[in-house]
Amino acid sequence: MADLSTTIHKLELKNPVLTASGTFGYGLEYDDFLDVSLLGGIVVKGTTIHPRQGNAYPRMAETASGMLNSVGLQNRGARYFATDIYPKLTKYNTNVLVNVSGSTIEEYIACAEIINELDHIAGIELNISCPNVKEGGMSFGTSCGSIENVVSAVRKVYQKTMIVKLTPNVTDIGELARAAEYSGADSLSLINTLLGMAINAETRKPVLATITGGLSGPAIKPIALRMVWEVAKAVNVPLVGMGGIMNATDAIEFFLAGASAIQVGTANYIDPTITLKIIDGIDSYLNYHKFNKLSDIIGCLQL
Amino acid sequence: MRKTVQNLKVIENLQLNDDHHLLQLEVPDQLETIFPGQFANLLVNHSPGVFLRRPFSIYSVDYIKNTISVFIKEIGEGTRALGQTPVNSYINSMFPLGNSFTIPNEPEKILLVGGGSGVASLMNLAQELNKNLNDVYILIGARSSADLVELEHFSQYGTVYTTTEDGTQGEKGYVTNHSILRDQFGQFKRIYSCGPEPMMRAVAAKAKSQSVFCEVSLENTMACGFGVCLCCVTETIEGHKCVCTDGPVFNINQLKWQI
Repeated sequence: MADLSTTIHKLELKNPVLTASGTFGYGLEYDDFLDVSLLGGIVVKGTTIHPRQGNAYPRMAETASGMLNSVGLQNRGARYFATDIYPKLTKYNTNVLVNVSGSTIEEYIACAEIINELDHIAGIELNISCPNVKEGGMSFGTSCGSIENVVSAVRKVYQKTMIVKLTPNVTDIGELARAAEYSGADSLSLINTLLGMAINAETRKPVLATITGGLSGPAIKPIALRMVWEVAKAVNVPLVGMGGIMNATDAIEFFLAGASAIQVGTANYIDPTITLKIIDGIDSYLNYHKFNKLSDIIGCLQL
Repeated sequence: MRKTVQNLKVIENLQLNDDHHLLQLEVPDQLETIFPGQFANLLVNHSPGVFLRRPFSIYSVDYIKNTISVFIKEIGEGTRALGQTPVNSYINSMFPLGNSFTIPNEPEKILLVGGGSGVASLMNLAQELNKNLNDVYILIGARSSADLVELEHFSQYGTVYTTTEDGTQGEKGYVTNHSILRDQFGQFKRIYSCGPEPMMRAVAAKAKSQSVFCEVSLENTMACGFGVCLCCVTETIEGHKCVCTDGPVFNINQLKWQI
Protein backbone atom coordinates (compact mmCIF):
# COMPACT_ATOMS: atom_id res chain seq x y z
CA MET A 1 0.00 0.00 0.00
CA ALA A 2 1.49 3.31 -1.11
CA ASP A 3 1.16 6.47 0.95
CA LEU A 4 -1.86 8.21 -0.59
CA SER A 5 -1.98 11.11 1.85
CA THR A 6 -1.88 14.63 0.53
CA THR A 7 -2.17 18.16 1.86
CA ILE A 8 -4.31 21.09 0.79
CA HIS A 9 -3.09 24.02 2.88
CA LYS A 10 -4.05 22.96 6.46
CA LEU A 11 -6.17 20.04 5.32
CA GLU A 12 -4.64 16.61 5.83
CA LEU A 13 -6.27 14.21 3.39
CA LYS A 14 -5.83 10.46 3.91
CA ASN A 15 -6.18 10.08 0.18
CA PRO A 16 -6.52 12.58 -2.68
CA VAL A 17 -10.10 11.71 -3.70
CA LEU A 18 -12.78 14.28 -2.91
CA THR A 19 -16.28 14.60 -4.32
CA ALA A 20 -17.33 17.55 -6.46
CA SER A 21 -19.96 19.90 -5.14
CA GLY A 22 -23.44 19.33 -6.53
CA THR A 23 -22.77 15.71 -7.38
CA PHE A 24 -22.64 14.24 -3.88
CA GLY A 25 -25.54 15.93 -2.07
CA TYR A 26 -24.57 16.09 1.60
CA GLY A 27 -22.89 12.69 1.55
CA LEU A 28 -25.89 11.21 3.37
CA GLU A 29 -27.53 10.24 0.07
CA TYR A 30 -24.55 7.90 -0.49
CA ASP A 31 -24.68 6.12 2.88
CA ASP A 32 -26.49 3.13 1.34
CA PHE A 33 -23.75 2.72 -1.25
CA LEU A 34 -20.43 3.33 0.50
CA ASP A 35 -18.63 4.37 3.69
CA VAL A 36 -18.17 8.10 3.03
CA SER A 37 -15.46 8.26 5.73
CA LEU A 38 -13.12 6.29 3.45
CA LEU A 39 -12.85 9.28 1.09
CA GLY A 40 -10.25 12.01 1.32
CA GLY A 41 -13.15 14.39 1.80
CA ILE A 42 -16.45 15.57 0.46
CA VAL A 43 -17.57 18.95 -0.82
CA VAL A 44 -21.26 19.37 -0.14
CA LYS A 45 -23.85 21.06 -2.31
CA GLY A 46 -23.46 24.75 -3.20
CA THR A 47 -24.85 26.78 -0.32
CA THR A 48 -26.11 30.35 -0.34
CA ILE A 49 -27.18 32.62 2.49
CA HIS A 50 -30.81 32.62 1.32
CA PRO A 51 -32.76 29.51 0.22
CA ARG A 52 -32.94 29.10 -3.56
CA GLN A 53 -35.50 27.21 -5.63
CA GLY A 54 -33.07 26.87 -8.52
CA ASN A 55 -33.97 27.14 -12.17
CA ALA A 56 -37.03 26.01 -14.10
CA TYR A 57 -36.97 22.54 -15.66
CA PRO A 58 -35.93 20.69 -17.82
CA ARG A 59 -32.55 21.09 -16.15
CA MET A 60 -30.58 18.27 -17.71
CA ALA A 61 -29.54 17.16 -21.19
CA GLU A 62 -27.44 14.10 -21.91
CA THR A 63 -24.70 14.83 -24.45
CA ALA A 64 -21.92 12.90 -26.13
CA SER A 65 -19.70 11.67 -23.25
CA GLY A 66 -21.26 14.03 -20.79
CA MET A 67 -24.24 16.05 -19.68
CA LEU A 68 -25.47 19.61 -19.37
CA ASN A 69 -27.13 20.81 -16.19
CA SER A 70 -28.81 24.05 -15.24
CA VAL A 71 -29.82 23.39 -11.64
CA GLY A 72 -29.00 26.91 -10.50
CA LEU A 73 -27.81 26.35 -6.91
CA GLN A 74 -31.05 24.95 -5.51
CA ASN A 75 -30.48 24.74 -1.74
CA ARG A 76 -32.25 25.55 1.52
CA GLY A 77 -29.83 28.21 2.68
CA ALA A 78 -26.85 28.39 5.06
CA ARG A 79 -28.91 28.62 8.25
CA TYR A 80 -30.93 25.51 7.41
CA PHE A 81 -27.66 23.76 6.55
CA ALA A 82 -26.16 24.74 9.92
CA THR A 83 -29.15 23.67 12.03
CA ASP A 84 -30.62 20.70 10.14
CA ILE A 85 -27.93 19.13 7.97
CA TYR A 86 -24.59 19.88 9.62
CA PRO A 87 -25.37 17.83 12.80
CA LYS A 88 -25.84 14.74 10.60
CA LEU A 89 -22.43 15.22 8.97
CA THR A 90 -20.33 15.15 12.14
CA LYS A 91 -20.43 11.34 12.00
CA TYR A 92 -18.09 11.38 9.02
CA ASN A 93 -14.46 10.75 9.88
CA THR A 94 -13.15 12.74 6.94
CA ASN A 95 -12.88 16.32 5.70
CA VAL A 96 -16.25 17.91 5.01
CA LEU A 97 -16.11 21.13 3.00
CA VAL A 98 -18.95 23.44 2.02
CA ASN A 99 -19.23 25.04 -1.39
CA VAL A 100 -20.19 28.67 -0.76
CA SER A 101 -21.91 30.86 -3.34
CA GLY A 102 -23.82 34.12 -3.55
CA SER A 103 -25.29 36.84 -5.74
CA THR A 104 -23.40 39.67 -4.04
CA ILE A 105 -20.17 39.97 -2.05
CA GLU A 106 -22.27 40.59 1.06
CA GLU A 107 -24.06 37.27 0.50
CA TYR A 108 -20.76 35.40 0.16
CA ILE A 109 -19.53 36.98 3.41
CA ALA A 110 -22.74 36.21 5.32
CA CYS A 111 -22.70 32.59 4.16
CA ALA A 112 -18.99 32.12 4.96
CA GLU A 113 -19.51 33.60 8.45
CA ILE A 114 -22.16 30.99 9.24
CA ILE A 115 -20.00 28.13 7.93
CA ASN A 116 -16.99 29.49 9.87
CA GLU A 117 -18.84 28.69 13.12
CA LEU A 118 -19.19 24.98 12.30
CA ASP A 119 -16.28 23.12 13.94
CA HIS A 120 -16.52 19.95 11.86
CA ILE A 121 -16.44 21.80 8.53
CA ALA A 122 -12.79 21.69 7.50
CA GLY A 123 -12.94 24.39 4.86
CA ILE A 124 -14.93 26.11 2.19
CA GLU A 125 -14.80 26.03 -1.56
CA LEU A 126 -15.65 29.50 -2.79
CA ASN A 127 -17.81 29.10 -5.87
CA ILE A 128 -17.15 32.00 -8.22
CA SER A 129 -17.80 29.84 -11.23
CA CYS A 130 -21.42 28.62 -11.36
CA PRO A 131 -22.61 29.20 -14.95
CA ASN A 132 -26.29 28.72 -14.10
CA VAL A 133 -27.24 31.75 -12.02
CA LYS A 134 -28.21 35.13 -13.39
CA GLU A 135 -26.45 37.15 -10.72
CA GLY A 136 -23.14 36.39 -9.05
CA GLY A 137 -21.67 32.94 -9.56
CA MET A 138 -19.53 32.87 -12.67
CA SER A 139 -19.67 36.63 -13.16
CA PHE A 140 -17.38 36.95 -10.12
CA GLY A 141 -14.89 34.56 -11.61
CA THR A 142 -14.28 36.02 -15.04
CA SER A 143 -12.32 39.17 -14.22
CA CYS A 144 -9.31 39.74 -11.98
CA GLY A 145 -10.91 42.75 -10.29
CA SER A 146 -14.07 40.94 -9.20
CA ILE A 147 -12.08 37.87 -8.10
CA GLU A 148 -9.92 40.10 -5.89
CA ASN A 149 -13.00 41.78 -4.41
CA VAL A 150 -14.89 38.63 -3.46
CA VAL A 151 -11.91 36.47 -2.43
CA SER A 152 -10.28 39.12 -0.24
CA ALA A 153 -13.65 39.98 1.36
CA VAL A 154 -14.38 36.36 2.30
CA ARG A 155 -10.76 35.88 3.42
CA LYS A 156 -11.31 38.52 6.12
CA VAL A 157 -14.16 36.52 7.74
CA TYR A 158 -13.12 32.92 7.06
CA GLN A 159 -10.12 31.55 8.96
CA LYS A 160 -9.93 27.90 7.91
CA THR A 161 -8.89 26.53 4.52
CA MET A 162 -10.42 28.43 1.62
CA ILE A 163 -10.32 26.83 -1.80
CA VAL A 164 -11.43 29.02 -4.71
CA LYS A 165 -13.21 27.18 -7.54
CA LEU A 166 -12.36 28.58 -10.95
CA THR A 167 -14.43 28.72 -14.11
CA PRO A 168 -13.04 27.49 -17.43
CA ASN A 169 -15.16 30.02 -19.34
CA VAL A 170 -12.31 32.55 -19.57
CA THR A 171 -9.53 33.48 -21.96
CA ASP A 172 -6.53 33.23 -19.64
CA ILE A 173 -7.15 31.05 -16.58
CA GLY A 174 -3.59 31.50 -15.31
CA GLU A 175 -4.08 35.22 -14.86
CA LEU A 176 -7.33 34.70 -12.92
CA ALA A 177 -5.69 31.99 -10.81
CA ARG A 178 -2.95 34.45 -9.82
CA ALA A 179 -5.60 37.01 -8.84
CA ALA A 180 -7.29 34.45 -6.56
CA GLU A 181 -3.95 33.42 -5.01
CA TYR A 182 -2.92 37.04 -4.47
CA SER A 183 -6.28 37.74 -2.78
CA GLY A 184 -5.81 35.03 -0.17
CA ALA A 185 -6.93 31.71 -1.63
CA ASP A 186 -5.25 28.77 0.14
CA SER A 187 -5.89 26.51 -2.81
CA LEU A 188 -7.62 26.56 -6.19
CA SER A 189 -10.01 23.95 -7.56
CA LEU A 190 -10.71 23.63 -11.25
CA ILE A 191 -12.57 23.32 -13.46
CA ASN A 192 -16.26 24.09 -12.96
CA THR A 193 -18.55 23.23 -15.89
CA LEU A 194 -18.18 24.67 -19.37
CA LEU A 195 -21.04 26.75 -20.67
CA GLY A 196 -22.88 24.88 -23.41
CA MET A 197 -26.28 24.25 -24.92
CA ALA A 198 -28.42 21.52 -26.47
CA ILE A 199 -31.11 21.91 -29.12
CA ASN A 200 -33.95 19.54 -30.00
CA ALA A 201 -34.09 19.60 -33.80
CA GLU A 202 -37.60 18.08 -33.87
CA THR A 203 -39.21 20.74 -31.71
CA ARG A 204 -36.69 23.42 -32.76
CA LYS A 205 -36.41 24.41 -29.10
CA PRO A 206 -33.56 24.41 -26.59
CA VAL A 207 -33.53 21.28 -24.40
CA LEU A 208 -32.85 23.21 -21.19
CA ALA A 209 -35.37 25.67 -19.78
CA THR A 210 -32.51 28.12 -19.25
CA ILE A 211 -31.29 27.58 -22.86
CA THR A 212 -27.65 27.22 -21.74
CA GLY A 213 -26.15 25.05 -19.03
CA GLY A 214 -22.91 23.66 -17.64
CA LEU A 215 -21.21 20.78 -19.44
CA SER A 216 -19.55 18.05 -17.36
CA GLY A 217 -18.33 14.51 -17.83
CA PRO A 218 -15.46 12.96 -19.80
CA ALA A 219 -16.14 15.31 -22.73
CA ILE A 220 -14.42 18.11 -20.79
CA LYS A 221 -11.41 16.21 -19.40
CA PRO A 222 -8.85 17.37 -22.00
CA ILE A 223 -9.77 21.00 -21.33
CA ALA A 224 -9.60 20.48 -17.58
CA LEU A 225 -6.17 18.83 -17.81
CA ARG A 226 -4.82 21.66 -19.94
CA MET A 227 -6.12 24.24 -17.49
CA VAL A 228 -4.73 22.46 -14.41
CA TRP A 229 -1.36 22.30 -16.15
CA GLU A 230 -1.49 26.03 -17.03
CA VAL A 231 -2.57 27.06 -13.53
CA ALA A 232 0.10 24.85 -11.92
CA LYS A 233 2.71 26.89 -13.76
CA ALA A 234 1.06 30.18 -12.73
CA VAL A 235 0.61 29.80 -8.95
CA ASN A 236 2.23 28.24 -5.88
CA VAL A 237 -0.87 27.19 -3.90
CA PRO A 238 -1.97 23.53 -4.14
CA LEU A 239 -4.53 22.63 -6.79
CA VAL A 240 -7.59 20.39 -6.70
CA GLY A 241 -8.23 19.07 -10.20
CA MET A 242 -11.53 17.96 -11.63
CA GLY A 243 -13.37 17.62 -14.92
CA GLY A 244 -14.57 14.32 -16.34
CA ILE A 245 -12.65 11.99 -14.03
CA MET A 246 -14.19 8.54 -14.52
CA ASN A 247 -11.43 6.22 -13.29
CA ALA A 248 -8.03 6.07 -11.58
CA THR A 249 -6.07 6.67 -14.79
CA ASP A 250 -7.94 9.93 -15.31
CA ALA A 251 -7.05 10.91 -11.74
CA ILE A 252 -3.37 10.07 -12.25
CA GLU A 253 -3.32 12.34 -15.31
CA PHE A 254 -4.50 15.25 -13.14
CA PHE A 255 -1.78 14.56 -10.53
CA LEU A 256 0.85 14.55 -13.27
CA ALA A 257 -0.52 17.87 -14.56
CA GLY A 258 -0.03 19.36 -11.11
CA ALA A 259 -3.08 18.66 -8.94
CA SER A 260 -2.46 17.69 -5.30
CA ALA A 261 -5.95 16.22 -4.99
CA ILE A 262 -8.87 15.55 -7.31
CA GLN A 263 -12.65 15.72 -7.22
CA VAL A 264 -14.97 13.19 -8.79
CA GLY A 265 -18.25 14.66 -10.04
CA THR A 266 -20.54 13.37 -12.75
CA ALA A 267 -19.12 9.83 -12.51
CA ASN A 268 -20.84 9.50 -9.10
CA TYR A 269 -24.22 9.52 -10.86
CA ILE A 270 -23.38 6.49 -12.94
CA ASP A 271 -21.54 4.52 -10.25
CA PRO A 272 -22.04 5.83 -6.71
CA THR A 273 -19.11 3.70 -5.51
CA ILE A 274 -16.70 4.97 -8.18
CA THR A 275 -14.68 7.04 -5.68
CA LEU A 276 -13.57 3.93 -3.77
CA LYS A 277 -12.56 2.22 -7.02
CA ILE A 278 -10.52 5.30 -7.96
CA ILE A 279 -8.72 5.27 -4.59
CA ASP A 280 -7.83 1.59 -5.07
CA GLY A 281 -6.74 2.25 -8.64
CA ILE A 282 -4.41 5.09 -7.63
CA ASP A 283 -2.78 2.78 -5.08
CA SER A 284 -2.36 0.05 -7.73
CA TYR A 285 -0.77 2.54 -10.14
CA LEU A 286 1.74 3.76 -7.54
CA ASN A 287 2.65 0.20 -6.55
CA TYR A 288 2.99 -0.96 -10.14
CA HIS A 289 5.24 1.98 -11.03
CA LYS A 290 7.18 1.61 -7.76
CA PHE A 291 6.31 4.97 -6.26
CA ASN A 292 6.12 4.93 -2.46
CA LYS A 293 3.89 7.93 -2.14
CA LEU A 294 1.42 10.01 -4.12
CA SER A 295 3.53 13.16 -3.80
CA ASP A 296 6.17 11.46 -5.99
CA ILE A 297 3.98 12.00 -9.05
CA ILE A 298 2.32 15.39 -8.40
CA GLY A 299 3.37 17.79 -11.14
CA CYS A 300 5.79 15.22 -12.55
CA LEU A 301 4.69 15.40 -16.16
CA GLN A 302 7.68 14.30 -18.30
CA LEU A 303 8.31 16.91 -20.96
CA MET B 1 -34.68 -2.45 1.22
CA ARG B 2 -31.65 -0.17 1.08
CA LYS B 3 -30.45 1.10 -2.25
CA THR B 4 -27.92 -1.12 -3.94
CA VAL B 5 -25.95 -1.42 -7.18
CA GLN B 6 -25.64 -4.99 -8.44
CA ASN B 7 -25.07 -6.90 -11.64
CA LEU B 8 -28.33 -8.70 -12.34
CA LYS B 9 -28.52 -11.67 -14.69
CA VAL B 10 -31.17 -11.56 -17.40
CA ILE B 11 -32.96 -14.89 -17.02
CA GLU B 12 -35.82 -14.10 -19.40
CA ASN B 13 -36.39 -11.53 -22.14
CA LEU B 14 -39.96 -11.62 -23.45
CA GLN B 15 -40.61 -9.59 -26.58
CA LEU B 16 -44.19 -8.43 -26.09
CA ASN B 17 -44.58 -6.67 -29.45
CA ASP B 18 -42.43 -4.70 -31.91
CA ASP B 19 -40.84 -2.43 -29.33
CA HIS B 20 -41.78 -3.71 -25.86
CA HIS B 21 -39.71 -6.14 -23.82
CA LEU B 22 -40.23 -7.63 -20.39
CA LEU B 23 -36.93 -8.52 -18.75
CA GLN B 24 -36.70 -10.74 -15.71
CA LEU B 25 -33.54 -10.04 -13.71
CA GLU B 26 -32.09 -12.35 -11.10
CA VAL B 27 -30.88 -10.65 -7.93
CA PRO B 28 -27.88 -12.34 -6.27
CA ASP B 29 -28.56 -10.98 -2.77
CA GLN B 30 -31.74 -11.85 -0.89
CA LEU B 31 -34.49 -9.42 -1.92
CA GLU B 32 -36.24 -7.41 0.73
CA THR B 33 -39.57 -5.67 0.20
CA ILE B 34 -39.80 -3.52 -2.91
CA PHE B 35 -42.81 -1.24 -2.84
CA PRO B 36 -45.17 -0.58 -5.77
CA GLY B 37 -44.03 2.48 -7.69
CA GLN B 38 -40.31 2.10 -6.98
CA PHE B 39 -37.89 2.01 -9.89
CA ALA B 40 -34.49 0.76 -11.03
CA ASN B 41 -31.81 2.75 -12.85
CA LEU B 42 -30.08 0.54 -15.40
CA LEU B 43 -26.63 0.94 -16.93
CA VAL B 44 -26.50 0.60 -20.71
CA ASN B 45 -23.59 -1.48 -22.00
CA HIS B 46 -21.84 -1.16 -25.35
CA SER B 47 -23.77 1.90 -26.41
CA PRO B 48 -21.34 4.74 -27.08
CA GLY B 49 -23.99 7.45 -27.45
CA VAL B 50 -25.42 6.70 -24.01
CA PHE B 51 -23.73 8.22 -20.96
CA LEU B 52 -26.26 8.04 -18.13
CA ARG B 53 -28.36 5.23 -16.67
CA ARG B 54 -31.97 4.75 -17.77
CA PRO B 55 -34.77 4.59 -15.18
CA PHE B 56 -37.55 1.94 -15.35
CA SER B 57 -40.41 1.11 -13.00
CA ILE B 58 -40.04 -2.21 -11.24
CA TYR B 59 -42.84 -4.07 -12.99
CA SER B 60 -43.11 -7.01 -10.65
CA VAL B 61 -41.14 -8.80 -7.96
CA ASP B 62 -40.84 -12.54 -7.45
CA TYR B 63 -39.54 -13.12 -3.93
CA ILE B 64 -39.34 -16.89 -4.44
CA LYS B 65 -37.22 -16.77 -7.59
CA ASN B 66 -35.52 -13.63 -6.17
CA THR B 67 -36.11 -11.65 -9.36
CA ILE B 68 -37.36 -8.25 -10.41
CA SER B 69 -38.91 -7.51 -13.79
CA VAL B 70 -38.66 -4.34 -15.85
CA PHE B 71 -40.87 -3.36 -18.77
CA ILE B 72 -38.88 -1.63 -21.47
CA LYS B 73 -40.21 0.34 -24.40
CA GLU B 74 -37.60 0.97 -27.06
CA ILE B 75 -37.49 4.71 -27.67
CA GLY B 76 -33.85 5.52 -28.38
CA GLU B 77 -30.38 4.01 -28.41
CA GLY B 78 -30.25 3.29 -24.67
CA THR B 79 -33.67 1.67 -24.32
CA ARG B 80 -33.07 -0.31 -27.52
CA ALA B 81 -29.80 -1.73 -26.21
CA LEU B 82 -31.39 -2.62 -22.87
CA GLY B 83 -34.52 -4.13 -24.45
CA GLN B 84 -32.39 -6.39 -26.61
CA THR B 85 -30.12 -7.62 -23.82
CA PRO B 86 -29.63 -11.36 -24.38
CA VAL B 87 -30.59 -13.92 -21.77
CA ASN B 88 -27.71 -14.89 -19.43
CA SER B 89 -25.97 -11.53 -19.78
CA TYR B 90 -25.85 -9.00 -16.98
CA ILE B 91 -27.28 -5.53 -16.44
CA ASN B 92 -25.74 -3.29 -13.79
CA SER B 93 -28.76 -2.09 -11.82
CA MET B 94 -29.28 0.51 -9.12
CA PHE B 95 -32.44 -0.21 -7.10
CA PRO B 96 -34.89 0.14 -5.46
CA LEU B 97 -35.22 3.88 -5.91
CA GLY B 98 -37.95 6.38 -5.18
CA ASN B 99 -41.08 6.37 -3.03
CA SER B 100 -44.19 4.27 -3.58
CA PHE B 101 -47.95 4.35 -4.01
CA THR B 102 -49.94 4.60 -0.77
CA ILE B 103 -51.74 1.33 -0.07
CA PRO B 104 -55.08 1.68 1.80
CA ASN B 105 -55.33 0.12 5.26
CA GLU B 106 -58.79 -1.35 4.58
CA PRO B 107 -59.95 -2.92 1.28
CA GLU B 108 -61.50 -0.37 -1.08
CA LYS B 109 -62.84 -0.08 -4.61
CA ILE B 110 -59.89 1.20 -6.61
CA LEU B 111 -59.25 2.26 -10.20
CA LEU B 112 -55.87 2.09 -11.91
CA VAL B 113 -55.48 4.13 -15.11
CA GLY B 114 -52.50 3.40 -17.33
CA GLY B 115 -51.52 4.72 -20.72
CA GLY B 116 -48.82 3.42 -23.05
CA SER B 117 -45.73 2.21 -21.21
CA GLY B 118 -47.14 3.83 -18.06
CA VAL B 119 -48.63 0.43 -17.25
CA ALA B 120 -45.10 -0.51 -16.17
CA SER B 121 -45.57 0.99 -12.73
CA LEU B 122 -49.08 -0.44 -12.23
CA MET B 123 -48.45 -4.22 -12.24
CA ASN B 124 -46.64 -4.38 -8.91
CA LEU B 125 -49.35 -2.07 -7.52
CA ALA B 126 -52.21 -4.24 -8.86
CA GLN B 127 -50.59 -7.31 -7.32
CA GLU B 128 -50.17 -5.63 -3.94
CA LEU B 129 -53.74 -4.24 -3.93
CA ASN B 130 -55.13 -7.63 -4.94
CA LYS B 131 -53.19 -9.33 -2.15
CA ASN B 132 -54.81 -6.95 0.32
CA LEU B 133 -58.32 -7.89 -0.96
CA ASN B 134 -59.07 -4.55 -2.61
CA ASP B 135 -61.68 -4.45 -5.38
CA VAL B 136 -59.37 -3.51 -8.27
CA TYR B 137 -60.36 -2.16 -11.72
CA ILE B 138 -57.68 -1.53 -14.30
CA LEU B 139 -58.23 0.77 -17.28
CA ILE B 140 -55.52 0.65 -19.92
CA GLY B 141 -55.27 2.77 -23.03
CA ALA B 142 -53.03 2.46 -26.06
CA ARG B 143 -52.78 3.58 -29.66
CA SER B 144 -53.76 0.23 -31.13
CA SER B 145 -54.48 -3.34 -30.03
CA ALA B 146 -50.87 -4.35 -30.75
CA ASP B 147 -49.76 -1.86 -28.10
CA LEU B 148 -52.00 -3.40 -25.44
CA VAL B 149 -49.75 -5.90 -23.74
CA GLU B 150 -49.90 -8.04 -20.61
CA LEU B 151 -53.70 -7.79 -20.37
CA GLU B 152 -54.08 -11.42 -19.25
CA HIS B 153 -51.49 -10.84 -16.58
CA PHE B 154 -53.31 -7.74 -15.34
CA SER B 155 -56.66 -9.57 -15.36
CA GLN B 156 -55.35 -11.92 -12.66
CA TYR B 157 -55.41 -8.98 -10.25
CA GLY B 158 -58.50 -7.02 -11.26
CA THR B 159 -61.17 -6.30 -13.83
CA VAL B 160 -59.53 -4.94 -16.98
CA TYR B 161 -61.02 -2.35 -19.35
CA THR B 162 -59.29 -1.08 -22.47
CA THR B 163 -59.37 1.73 -25.00
CA THR B 164 -57.52 2.12 -28.28
CA GLU B 165 -57.22 5.27 -30.32
CA ASP B 166 -57.97 3.37 -33.54
CA GLY B 167 -60.76 1.28 -32.07
CA THR B 168 -59.05 -2.07 -32.72
CA GLN B 169 -59.73 -3.20 -29.15
CA GLY B 170 -61.99 -2.02 -26.33
CA GLU B 171 -63.66 1.37 -26.51
CA LYS B 172 -62.44 3.67 -29.26
CA GLY B 173 -60.74 6.90 -28.19
CA TYR B 174 -58.54 8.11 -25.39
CA VAL B 175 -58.40 6.31 -22.08
CA THR B 176 -59.77 9.42 -20.40
CA ASN B 177 -63.00 9.13 -22.43
CA HIS B 178 -63.77 5.56 -21.34
CA SER B 179 -67.34 5.03 -20.13
CA ILE B 180 -66.17 3.78 -16.72
CA LEU B 181 -64.72 7.23 -16.04
CA ARG B 182 -67.97 8.83 -17.18
CA ASP B 183 -70.56 6.53 -15.56
CA GLN B 184 -68.96 4.86 -12.56
CA PHE B 185 -66.29 7.28 -11.41
CA GLY B 186 -68.08 8.15 -8.17
CA GLN B 187 -67.83 4.55 -6.95
CA PHE B 188 -64.06 4.59 -6.68
CA LYS B 189 -62.39 5.55 -3.41
CA ARG B 190 -58.93 5.82 -4.93
CA ILE B 191 -57.40 6.42 -8.34
CA TYR B 192 -53.80 5.62 -9.26
CA SER B 193 -52.44 6.64 -12.65
CA CYS B 194 -49.31 6.41 -14.74
CA GLY B 195 -48.82 7.33 -18.38
CA PRO B 196 -48.44 10.38 -20.61
CA GLU B 197 -48.73 13.59 -18.61
CA PRO B 198 -51.82 14.96 -20.47
CA MET B 199 -53.60 11.71 -19.60
CA MET B 200 -52.61 11.91 -15.94
CA ARG B 201 -53.68 15.56 -15.79
CA ALA B 202 -57.11 14.63 -17.20
CA VAL B 203 -57.47 11.81 -14.66
CA ALA B 204 -56.29 14.13 -11.89
CA ALA B 205 -58.80 16.81 -12.91
CA LYS B 206 -61.62 14.27 -12.75
CA ALA B 207 -60.47 13.02 -9.33
CA LYS B 208 -60.08 16.53 -7.99
CA SER B 209 -63.54 17.59 -9.17
CA GLN B 210 -65.05 14.71 -7.18
CA SER B 211 -62.61 14.88 -4.26
CA VAL B 212 -61.31 11.36 -4.85
CA PHE B 213 -57.86 10.36 -3.53
CA CYS B 214 -55.50 10.28 -6.50
CA GLU B 215 -51.81 9.49 -6.90
CA VAL B 216 -49.83 9.76 -10.13
CA SER B 217 -46.38 8.43 -11.02
CA LEU B 218 -44.28 11.00 -12.86
CA GLU B 219 -41.48 10.60 -15.34
CA ASN B 220 -38.57 13.00 -15.83
CA THR B 221 -35.07 13.01 -17.23
CA MET B 222 -32.67 12.25 -14.38
CA ALA B 223 -28.92 12.03 -14.09
CA CYS B 224 -28.51 10.21 -10.77
CA GLY B 225 -31.80 8.67 -9.58
CA PHE B 226 -31.07 9.14 -5.86
CA GLY B 227 -31.54 12.81 -5.12
CA VAL B 228 -28.14 14.41 -5.55
CA CYS B 229 -28.09 16.01 -9.00
CA LEU B 230 -31.39 17.91 -8.52
CA CYS B 231 -32.08 17.71 -12.26
CA CYS B 232 -35.44 15.88 -12.24
CA VAL B 233 -37.43 18.37 -10.19
CA THR B 234 -41.13 19.03 -10.51
CA GLU B 235 -43.13 21.96 -9.17
CA THR B 236 -45.00 21.19 -5.91
CA ILE B 237 -46.78 23.27 -3.29
CA GLU B 238 -43.55 22.98 -1.25
CA GLY B 239 -41.33 24.15 -4.13
CA HIS B 240 -39.15 22.07 -6.44
CA LYS B 241 -39.07 18.39 -5.47
CA CYS B 242 -37.03 15.59 -7.03
CA VAL B 243 -39.07 13.06 -8.99
CA CYS B 244 -36.44 10.42 -8.14
CA THR B 245 -36.59 10.69 -4.35
CA ASP B 246 -39.65 12.75 -3.34
CA GLY B 247 -41.48 10.86 -6.14
CA PRO B 248 -41.99 9.34 -8.60
CA VAL B 249 -45.40 9.01 -6.92
CA PHE B 250 -47.14 12.25 -5.94
CA ASN B 251 -50.58 12.90 -4.55
CA ILE B 252 -52.23 15.29 -7.02
CA ASN B 253 -52.81 17.76 -4.19
CA GLN B 254 -49.03 18.15 -3.85
CA LEU B 255 -48.59 19.15 -7.49
CA LYS B 256 -49.11 22.62 -8.91
CA TRP B 257 -51.04 21.32 -11.88
CA GLN B 258 -53.64 23.77 -13.19
CA ILE B 259 -56.53 21.31 -13.15
